[in-house]
Amino acid sequence: MTGGARSTLSRLVRHPSGLVGITVLALVLLMSASAGLLFPTGPFSIAGAPRSWPGVDPRFPFGTDALGRDMLSALFYGSRVSLAVGAAAAVVALVIGTLVGAIAGYYGGWIDDALMRLTDAMQTIPSFLAAIAIVGVLGASLTTIISAIAIVSWPMIARLVRADFLRLRTYDFVQSCKIIGMSDLRIIFGQILPNCLAPIIVSASVLVATAIITEASLSFLGLGDPNVMSWGTILSVGRPELRSGWYMTAFPAAALVLTVLALNLIGDALNDVLNPRLKERT
Amino acid sequence: MTAQAPATPPPARRRGPRKVPSRAALRYVVRRLSQAVLVMLLVVIGSFILIKMAPGDFVDTLAGTSEMTAEQMAAMRARYGLDQPVPVQLFYYMARLVTLDFGMSPLNNAPVIEVIAKRWPVTAILVVASVSISMVVGTLLGVTAARNQGRPVDLGLSVLMLAFYATPSFIIAMILILVFSVRLNILPIAGFDTIGSGYTGLRYLADVAWHLAMPVTALCTFYIAIYGRIGRAAMLEVLKLDYIRTARGKGLTERRVVLVHALRNALLPLVTMAGLQVSSLVGGAVLIETIFGLNGMGRTAFDAVFQRDTNLLLGVVFVSSLSVVVVNFVIDLLYMLLDPRVEIR
Repeated sequence: MTGGARSTLSRLVRHPSGLVGITVLALVLLMSASAGLLFPTGPFSIAGAPRSWPGVDPRFPFGTDALGRDMLSALFYGSRVSLAVGAAAAVVALVIGTLVGAIAGYYGGWIDDALMRLTDAMQTIPSFLAAIAIVGVLGASLTTIISAIAIVSWPMIARLVRADFLRLRTYDFVQSCKIIGMSDLRIIFGQILPNCLAPIIVSASVLVATAIITEASLSFLGLGDPNVMSWGTILSVGRPELRSGWYMTAFPAAALVLTVLALNLIGDALNDVLNPRLKERT
Repeated sequence: MTAQAPATPPPARRRGPRKVPSRAALRYVVRRLSQAVLVMLLVVIGSFILIKMAPGDFVDTLAGTSEMTAEQMAAMRARYGLDQPVPVQLFYYMARLVTLDFGMSPLNNAPVIEVIAKRWPVTAILVVASVSISMVVGTLLGVTAARNQGRPVDLGLSVLMLAFYATPSFIIAMILILVFSVRLNILPIAGFDTIGSGYTGLRYLADVAWHLAMPVTALCTFYIAIYGRIGRAAMLEVLKLDYIRTARGKGLTERRVVLVHALRNALLPLVTMAGLQVSSLVGGAVLIETIFGLNGMGRTAFDAVFQRDTNLLLGVVFVSSLSVVVVNFVIDLLYMLLDPRVEIR
């Protein structure tokens, strides 16, 4: 598996959009890793005069916000929140979605019917409204935000995994496993799941991107965790200043869009690399 | 974006006059209908559990802002039924919902249904305008890209789609405000119409359209990208099929082949997408209505959350979901008419 992962990575780097995506994502990762080192006082400390335009004060190449906080520091710390929330929500959604999809697809029958009806119903409910309701009612914290995003995004994975399990469970190798008396649990996780990892990995990057946007949207509305500085928080602080200091929204917006773009590019590249059959389609 | 890979398009349709709804079709309708009921049940139970998990109720909030004795608080709880056991509260709530009675909204001091009835049209206009515009524009761009596969036009469009796909609606909204309201000063920054203008008829419609231009554009871009990408992929797939070669062989103009023969079948995956879009737009409306100061359902949900107006929030979630469910049901029926094969499933 590790050899396979390494060759996937090397093919990904040779893929043009994969290379761009990975480079941008690596930069964002570097930002979040070095935030504490470069800005030891944290993103909330008042650093200088408020509303200082970028480049005016050499101490603040990206300027300061309406309260005189360093924009660059906020951007660095914001990358941490975005990546952490995105990754955590994606992992939770992947686990729930894979479990539901695998059980539904493997067992079929009424279990499949019940689980898929639940999945369909979940997909019909306006997801951002549901996320707002969950976070708004339970109180804004990283835990509730991550849970809310995971709760609204697992159905997509469940459908994907179920479709693959439905197909794969009829294959000969699964039948042989059943004949030699392998337990359902081992067949599901040891035999079938490794065979449908490709689409799961591809959708994981889209999942992270969506989660990052949802977190930023919540923070933008004032429903972010008040204890952390996220890109959405910077955007919401900068919005009233749009007329006089548009740079306060432009920087976090650019960071957000570039990160999401990078994840989408990686998803597209992964799709080409992992499903070479589909290549001629696009 | 791979999740929405288009299904293999159906062969060219050529069917006789439609029969009376078959047993299979009827079963399909019943199945979709029961699914719709399940969604609503899930919405009600889900939001109710959530509200019960919340720390404090709205009486606590009211007590925080105005002087209230413990007796007054208890009386108020009794008046709103908050002193009953939770299952009883849920049962009563569900029983009332069937008649669209959501109770009073303490925030507005009016019945929730009245508040919602006043706000619903704004969001409905936003959603209908966004779905139709993004579908037409997205499909056109997708078809254009497919027709020019591999040429600069295709490349340019795919870069544009990538940008639209990665930019959240509220960022588009702020860019639009910055450009068209702050810099160029040609579009109104907020509101649904010019207050006190006294416009009537077409003049009023134009005024509303002028006000909604930016909000609708902001809601559209993401889905223009999605329709564009799906439309392009579906079009490329359909254009390879034999019946297209036949159509060309008959000597039909390229325009007719693409717009009538190919597009019709390429549209199917786009119709499925429309249902998902309505659901996501209702959520996106919260951001856009807040930014552009529009008094729709999204804005109402936002206010209800911050004011802990339980009845109002549950009402908005219920009515929004109900609208989405109804739209999805209609789309399912439409799909059955467009693609007769779905009955068989």
